[in-house]
Amino acid sequence: MIIRRAGAGELRWSDVTPKRDYLNRRRFLGAAAGAVLALGRAEAAGAKLSGYAKSKFSTDEKLTPYDAVTGYNNYYEFGTGKDEPAKYANTLKPQPWTVKIEGDAAKLGPLDFDRIMKLAPLEERIYRLRCVEAWSMVVPWIGIPLSALIQYAAPTAKAKFVAFETLYDTKQMPRSQWAGIPLPYVEGLRLDEAMHPLTILAVGLYGEVLPNQNGAPLRLVVPWKYGFKSIKSIVKIRFTDKQPPTTWNIANRGEYGFYSNVNPNVDHPRWSQAKERRIGEFFKRDTVLFNGYGDQVASLYSGMDLKKYY
Amino acid sequence: MKKFVSSRWTKAAVFLASLVPLAYMVWGAFNDGLGPNPIEYVTRETGDWTLRFLLLTLVVTPARKLLSLPDLIRYRRMLGLFAFFYGVLHFTTYIWFDRFFDWPDIVKDIAKRPFITVGFAGFLLMLPLALTSTAGWIRRLGGKRWQLLHRLIYLSTLAGVIHYYWLVKSDVRMPLLYGAILGVLLVFRVFAWARQRAHSSRAVMSPAPR
Repeated sequence: MIIRRAGAGELRWSDVTPKRDYLNRRRFLGAAAGAVLALGRAEAAGAKLSGYAKSKFSTDEKLTPYDAVTGYNNYYEFGTGKDEPAKYANTLKPQPWTVKIEGDAAKLGPLDFDRIMKLAPLEERIYRLRCVEAWSMVVPWIGIPLSALIQYAAPTAKAKFVAFETLYDTKQMPRSQWAGIPLPYVEGLRLDEAMHPLTILAVGLYGEVLPNQNGAPLRLVVPWKYGFKSIKSIVKIRFTDKQPPTTWNIANRGEYGFYSNVNPNVDHPRWSQAKERRIGEFFKRDTVLFNGYGDQVASLYSGMDLKKYY
Repeated sequence: MKKFVSSRWTKAAVFLASLVPLAYMVWGAFNDGLGPNPIEYVTRETGDWTLRFLLLTLVVTPARKLLSLPDLIRYRRMLGLFAFFYGVLHFTTYIWFDRFFDWPDIVKDIAKRPFITVGFAGFLLMLPLALTSTAGWIRRLGGKRWQLLHRLIYLSTLAGVIHYYWLVKSDVRMPLLYGAILGVLLVFRVFAWARQRAHSSRAVMSPAPR
């Protein structure tokens, strides 16, 4: 596996002036207290991110408009309607945020969001997103490779899978009682899938801090799998030797498998996966195996019957 | 109230009101008001309104009896035809904008996907009812037989509810609500039928006056 290391002269997240000092520079300049307050909230949704690098993994397809990316969401903790997360996710508090590392790894315990941001330089990754409901988007994510966090956590030889868990707080998510799926939302990847360079932890999109409805403050993005695998608002990452349970598989075993790789040849029992509607387009387009990322990921599944391991 | 129900103007108003959902969608189509996935939106709306009009049609008979407003019958055919109208729009949206007239694919879809099979069945069941909705057909079939035929609406609505229930991923509140309303409307009919039977059998058993 090729692991990209920051070369000389390349800015790393750790080179960034600590926020405390950055804020103090304002005080030093004698700026108004109000300005300090405003900067203190710089990580709120909508705030601009900067200093992220472009990636060779990005597609040059036409981006799905910002309003659709942030207004047409599945985030059942905030309502099951596509427009509901955008309306109701404002009750989520993405800062401060801690991710608990558990299981078969060397560095266990809580990990601050700010620490995670320093694990690798931010990159923009323009990925196709294919929902299991047969619609798709092209989203300019900003994030770090998940492998950076895994390398930091240093899983033991025993670890074969990574399990993820979304925040579940009925105070912040009053509508979650109607989700109709067991919560907290949990997902999982095989360790090699998680280490794959395409797999990222996204913290932003469209040059901005991730909006709440898109899974603030950090979410998984696995572009060759159906969207529901890309778990939002992660609070727990656990390394394990057993295939972890995943929410949609628990809710409906026959319809949603653990792997859930995008596959036009394996239909959802209730609808075809052969085609998809790209949001903003009138005609449907053919769905591509592994969502078009087959060149990079097909080798992960060589010898596996994808109809059996759907 | 009776006058209001019998008024020609009320009927015209109900007719126009029944077109509001369509007008809203047409307006939205030209004003970017259908959201990021307009075809999904239209499919859902037309389906929703088909089911709502079917239930409204089924409300007429209990409402006539409970409110002692027999003239409500004037609205039943119109509401039923609006159910069919939105059903046609729903089906058209599917074969046109979802399948783009790919007939082999449509046939396969209907045969293979239970929720589409049952939805299609519900739609087909509405067809004879729409066709025989005229006074001429009531005469030709005879009131009894016509009434028997038009009981198909129970099946059609039930098919619609099941179609909806099988289609949602996890949040079954809305299909259950529609199902509960249908349940109440059907239970009313069972009670009315049982009462009528008890009534008529008592009439038979009581000794004839000499």
